[in-house]
Amino acid sequence: MTPTITATGALAHSLRDGDGDATTYDVTVIGAGVVGTAVARELARYRLRTALIDGSDDIGNGTSKANTAILHTGFDAVPGSLEARLVRDGQRRLAAYAVATGIPVERVGALLVAWDEEQLAALPALAAKAERNDYHAARIIDADELRAREPHLGPGALGALEIPDESIICPWTTPLAYATQAVRAGVHLHLNCRVRQIDSGQDVHTLITTRGPLSTRYLINVAGLYADELDRQLGHDAFTVTPRRGQLIVFDKLARDLVDHILLPVPTEAGKGVLVAPTVFGNVLLGPTAEELDDKTATGSSADGLALLREKGRRILPGLLEEEVTAVYAGMRAATGHEDYRIRAYPDQRYVAVGGIRSTGLTASMAIAAYVTELLAGTGLDLGAPAELPPLTMPQLGEAFPRPYLRAELIAADPAYGTLVCHCERVSAGEIRDALTSTIPARSKDGLRRRTRAGGGRCQGFYCGAAVRALIEEARP
Amino acid sequence: MTRRERTVDVLVVGAGPAGLGAGAELAASGAGHVEILEREQAAGGIPRHCFHGGFGAGRIGGGAIGPVYAQQCVAAAVRAGATLRTSVTVTGWAGPRTLDITGPTGLERITARAVVLATGARERPRSARLVPGTRPPGVYTTGELQQAVHLFRQRIGTRAVVIGHEPVSHAAADTLRVAGLDVVALVTDQPPSPLPAVPVRPRHRTPLLTDATITGLTGRERLTGVALRHRDGRTTTLRCDTVVFTGDWIPDHELARRGGATLDPGTRGPAYDASYRTRATGVFAVGNLLHAVESAGTAAAEGRAVAAPVLRHLAADPWPTGRPALAVDAPLEWIAPNLVALDGSRPLNGRFTLRTGRRLLRPFLVVGQDGRVLHRERLLLPAVPNRSFRLRGDWLDRVDPHGGTVRITVH
Repeated sequence: MTPTITATGALAHSLRDGDGDATTYDVTVIGAGVVGTAVARELARYRLRTALIDGSDDIGNGTSKANTAILHTGFDAVPGSLEARLVRDGQRRLAAYAVATGIPVERVGALLVAWDEEQLAALPALAAKAERNDYHAARIIDADELRAREPHLGPGALGALEIPDESIICPWTTPLAYATQAVRAGVHLHLNCRVRQIDSGQDVHTLITTRGPLSTRYLINVAGLYADELDRQLGHDAFTVTPRRGQLIVFDKLARDLVDHILLPVPTEAGKGVLVAPTVFGNVLLGPTAEELDDKTATGSSADGLALLREKGRRILPGLLEEEVTAVYAGMRAATGHEDYRIRAYPDQRYVAVGGIRSTGLTASMAIAAYVTELLAGTGLDLGAPAELPPLTMPQLGEAFPRPYLRAELIAADPAYGTLVCHCERVSAGEIRDALTSTIPARSKDGLRRRTRAGGGRCQGFYCGAAVRALIEEARP
Repeated sequence: MTRRERTVDVLVVGAGPAGLGAGAELAASGAGHVEILEREQAAGGIPRHCFHGGFGAGRIGGGAIGPVYAQQCVAAAVRAGATLRTSVTVTGWAGPRTLDITGPTGLERITARAVVLATGARERPRSARLVPGTRPPGVYTTGELQQAVHLFRQRIGTRAVVIGHEPVSHAAADTLRVAGLDVVALVTDQPPSPLPAVPVRPRHRTPLLTDATITGLTGRERLTGVALRHRDGRTTTLRCDTVVFTGDWIPDHELARRGGATLDPGTRGPAYDASYRTRATGVFAVGNLLHAVESAGTAAAEGRAVAAPVLRHLAADPWPTGRPALAVDAPLEWIAPNLVALDGSRPLNGRFTLRTGRRLLRPFLVVGQDGRVLHRERLLLPAVPNRSFRLRGDWLDRVDPHGGTVRITVH
């Protein structure tokens, strides 16, 4: 089956170009973030005509591309909540999926570090909460053990709660793997396709998009920051998304030896606080801030935010501040003011709303997809029997596993994997070529960076920026 | 592991002016098998994309343009008998003088009797400078800009702002004009200077905004402006679709650091002595890796000058230990070399290179060790940021080999 991916032109035209004369989808998933792509992948297992649409020019281009890249255990969720259940279930599913597809994951473990007596006193309750979330490996360690485990920690740490199963994961390969499998299995992906209005009829919804109308019998709203606006289009007032900005600083790979675990603060009323964590790419992450904003597009960083992060970081890991900064970015979490996900089916409307998927969405994505599919079946759509999807192997971006530039057999078969283009990240011409011609090809420098790491290193393009742009231009049809 | 294992006498990492200079001189002086490794597809280093004159001459206006100079450096190294290989990347250390390499022909592991690191320097990008705001396209360093315009003939934009006011900033502005952009302004956080950092070229009349800090970038699909705050508190936004962050060089020190060559805290390059010896046995360093950006001519001269100490090392000269360090006090930023060799070797041309963080009018420099003054010197010219000045090195004999750090202060 030829994958159907469109990014320009009228949708009706695209649809006819697909397979035959049908003009109505069975299900349309609005939003190709990590949850939307997971839902599309799950639906791809059934004999449905499914569309996945997104307002931007790439999948995973909103909240999903800018987060802390942690695969959570869910130890600190609200016990009994839907989020707690889906994070726990999703963690297991995604961990197994990552192994099967080659998504980089490292089980580095987390330490919730207590910096004063009050925080130290809070650790037993957190350990008990982990138990109630069915997480049993949490353990309190004293200051000496903490110091031995993290020798570069700043002075004054009194102890920690250890969560040995907290892991770091590649946030970009995950939605790309979901979307690739979905598209290969026949899901139509339409990019640059923002929904302006929804006209709901007796049997079909007509989505008025920036690329013209699209008809669909069932609708799944996974629009992230914009899920509340679509929900209102369908006549509901169930939740309001308040964008919560998180600014992060990525430190150079030479800082990686400073930290071995995800270092979490003891959570307070104000939120989960600022963490220091390694990334699967071998960098160190400091962040995020938590800023409630009105503007859903305000993904810029601010001087105040960066100063705050540096101040917090200096206390946690003083040596980190001596290292070079590789990147600064800001992402938006879709907070709703409720301490739980807002997932709900409206059978009368053949509609499922998936809102309030906060920072745990990456971890929970596969479980949310399964849950949404269950709800969809409950609305009366006959899904039929699920099929197995063909296996998938993703390009290996993680530093803990052999990358192409280290693989003699790969280079012997194709010298392009031995020709490095991006020197800081050691990305080969072969990997860039593959990303530009893959099932869901990179269309921009940012898209290519998320698929290969090209241009995402310490020099930020000083050496390779022009060469990488030339390769993208060459690949344009 | 299927790595082809080999040995050479001297392995030079980096084929810019410094590495090519080292390779040429070493090969010519009988150092044996000298191999130069370059990760780019073409050798020559940064001059490859500097399409302005002044290379190989003492001042701007004379000499060759960068690509011609790069070719001359390459030709000299090859003529001298050095093996020059491009598109091969050193990816790490497998031993004290053993390097792992990736290239289109496969993986290698090369052991050398001496390693010369000449990995150069790069400009800090916007992110490392912690400039807040959005992350739209249209943000460059000079290096990326010059390659885009001169090597790849890419379209850049229409209106540009250049951040920085040093020679490279003006080179960036020239490149932008060649590419057909209006250069709206050069911006620096430094105060106005009565002494221009570069020769004035009145034909361009690009405004220079001094005492101005960048507070953010704006734009989503494309850069729309650069927000500034002036020292008096005024704020402005310069409308532009392109911004070039120039200068603010940092040595490309990853390989040096991973090989155990401790960095000097001032230069951020490997600590080294007048014989270009780092703290890692058998590992030398030359060029802009040592001190960020000096001219290509200086880098090449350092490359050539490393040959004699490398030959001495190959002839079983013991690697020095316990060398006292040299350090500077603010507002001085760094001194190079920054280890005292104790074997009588002197820095290039007998002088140390220093930089200051702020302008100093005829500074009086004092060199001391453990409370003892070794040397006093009044400079005849002002010292300005982003430009080197020199300090005589004839006091090195007075350094106590067992003493503490030698400090250079300004009075």
